[in-house]
Amino acid sequence: MIHFQNVTKRYGEFTAIDNLTIDIYEREFYALLGPSGCGKTTLMRMLAGFETPTEGKIFLAGQDIAPVPPNKRAVNMMFQSYALFPHLSIWENIAFGLKREKMPKHDINDRVEEMLRLTRLEKFARRKPHQISGGQRQRVALARSLAKHPKLLLLDEPLGALDKKLRQDTQFELMDIQEKTGTTFVIVTHDQEEAMTVASRVAVMDHGKIIQVSTPDRIYENPNSVYVADFIGDVNLIEGTAKLNGSDSYAMSWHEGHAPLSIKSPNAFSDGQKCHLAIRPEKVAISADQPAEADNAVQGRILDIAYLGNISTYHVELPTGAVIKAQTANTRRIARRAFTWEDTVWLSWTATAGVLLAD
Amino acid sequence: MRRFVLIAIPYVWLLALFLVPFAIVLKIALSDAAVARPPYFPQFDWAEGIAAFIAELDFENFVWLTEDDLYWKAYLSSLKIAVISTFFTLLAGYPIAYGMARAPEEWRPTLMMLVILPFWTSFLIRVYAWMGILSNEGFLNQFLMWIGVISEPLTILNTNSAVYIGIVYTYLPFMILPVYSALERLDGSLIEAAEDLGCSRLTAFWLVTIPLSKTGIIAGSFLVFIPVLGEFVIPSLLGGSDTLMIGKVLWEEFFSNRDWPVASAVAVVLLLLLVIPIVLFQRNQQKQQEAE
Repeated sequence: MIHFQNVTKRYGEFTAIDNLTIDIYEREFYALLGPSGCGKTTLMRMLAGFETPTEGKIFLAGQDIAPVPPNKRAVNMMFQSYALFPHLSIWENIAFGLKREKMPKHDINDRVEEMLRLTRLEKFARRKPHQISGGQRQRVALARSLAKHPKLLLLDEPLGALDKKLRQDTQFELMDIQEKTGTTFVIVTHDQEEAMTVASRVAVMDHGKIIQVSTPDRIYENPNSVYVADFIGDVNLIEGTAKLNGSDSYAMSWHEGHAPLSIKSPNAFSDGQKCHLAIRPEKVAISADQPAEADNAVQGRILDIAYLGNISTYHVELPTGAVIKAQTANTRRIARRAFTWEDTVWLSWTATAGVLLAD
Repeated sequence: MRRFVLIAIPYVWLLALFLVPFAIVLKIALSDAAVARPPYFPQFDWAEGIAAFIAELDFENFVWLTEDDLYWKAYLSSLKIAVISTFFTLLAGYPIAYGMARAPEEWRPTLMMLVILPFWTSFLIRVYAWMGILSNEGFLNQFLMWIGVISEPLTILNTNSAVYIGIVYTYLPFMILPVYSALERLDGSLIEAAEDLGCSRLTAFWLVTIPLSKTGIIAGSFLVFIPVLGEFVIPSLLGGSDTLMIGKVLWEEFFSNRDWPVASAVAVVLLLLLVIPIVLFQRNQQKQQEAE
């Protein structure tokens, strides 16, 4: 439905968006994820019409939207600050866009009531924005931007101002509303958990370029680069050189005096190519004795334990000086924990647990 | 105890410098004019006692204000001039304040300085300078004739137009500053949100910018309106003989006629008239504070 074609945006010397080509499909919940300054907000503002691309074209439903001003686009935006009109009541805020369309009065009434019901704000219709809580304000902003039946809804860090618990509830609410309305949502966020939870596809951005676009599970399990692996979640990165060992399996030598790691990888590497093994902490098993049948096993000493309640992360120092993180679920009470600081333990993982990435 | 002292200081100040002088003026307003020094009667005399003194006071002068149509015409004309010049000050000040609030951050202190800069010269000198600009042989007429817009010099000085020009010029900073402070606080994303929801630039300005700078507009308007109502210097220097303003009437009663009691009565009525807009202004300020 949306097609960016070689879009570039420059501010003077600074290139915010660098020759970017992407597609966003109908009814999709698309997340733009990246650190601040990566160009994700610029991308969204170009969709809303507040910025124009320096080069390239943006198509919405096959139509080039460059000459269309923001007030004529079938695109609505939910602002990071919510941008609720402080001099208008909640009801008037939601009706604001509808009144501009010269919609008949009773239609406006019906639509506003519908939006209030959808966002469970019926009780607050007569209040002013400063008389309601942050979570309610967020829902008003959502209701206001959805009221006009936009083809595309843009959400700029919509949950940034909410506390963690409320944010989690709201994420599910957002997904629910997206399903109910069938609107295409594009969300901008720097919170990878948020992107993974709500989105059907995640685009990871860095320095004005899209690094990887994929479903949340593929982004997490099969990152295409060290940058994505490192940005999404927690990861151990082990550097080494690849050596083909069988059809799609490699032996990665990573440190002198240690057996090479055996890794299965669909990505092709040439012999002697520098590469990184990216492996998630929860895929690394920790045990007191050397595991009998493990593809890879290394010995180390527990440096640190991060206790997070449901899980614990063990920081294990290898004799090489490298620190590997291993995560286990705390299925037993903490008093009965098997390992403690300074214990010598074995870390092990299967050949398919990690991903082999080029430099 | 310390709190009491802190509160007492402004109250003593008000009592000594406002209420006591006002009581004296009120007393003179209730007296009769006399050829004497000071030029009114009765004088307070300890020997006769306070009751006899009060018995001599009356409301004659206030009654006189209603009988001679000069006074209520002057009040009405002052009111008219104050309303019109407040309107023009707003018309001139709002765009300036808007421009300042939209200017790049690093420019704003400089622009603010430029608005305040005229206060560094004497107010009288600035009004005299306008006489030089507006007179028949003044810079404005010379310039207009030089570029060929007019062939005969315009008579501006000593008309109401000159008074309006003088007032708008003098009171412009009092309009700009509160409007600017309201506009500067305005969140730019509100305008974007309005455009996003289907407003053109102009409707976004009407529906969002104007309502949200309302408190600044009201504050600025009162800051201009209240002093202009009693303005004396500008109408007497720039205005003509037909410019009727209560400040001028007051001055003439006092110094030309030497009728202190009537002049005092004019002043008391003016003060009472000013109390209404001042109370309204206070209420606006209070409302603004509550909103924040």
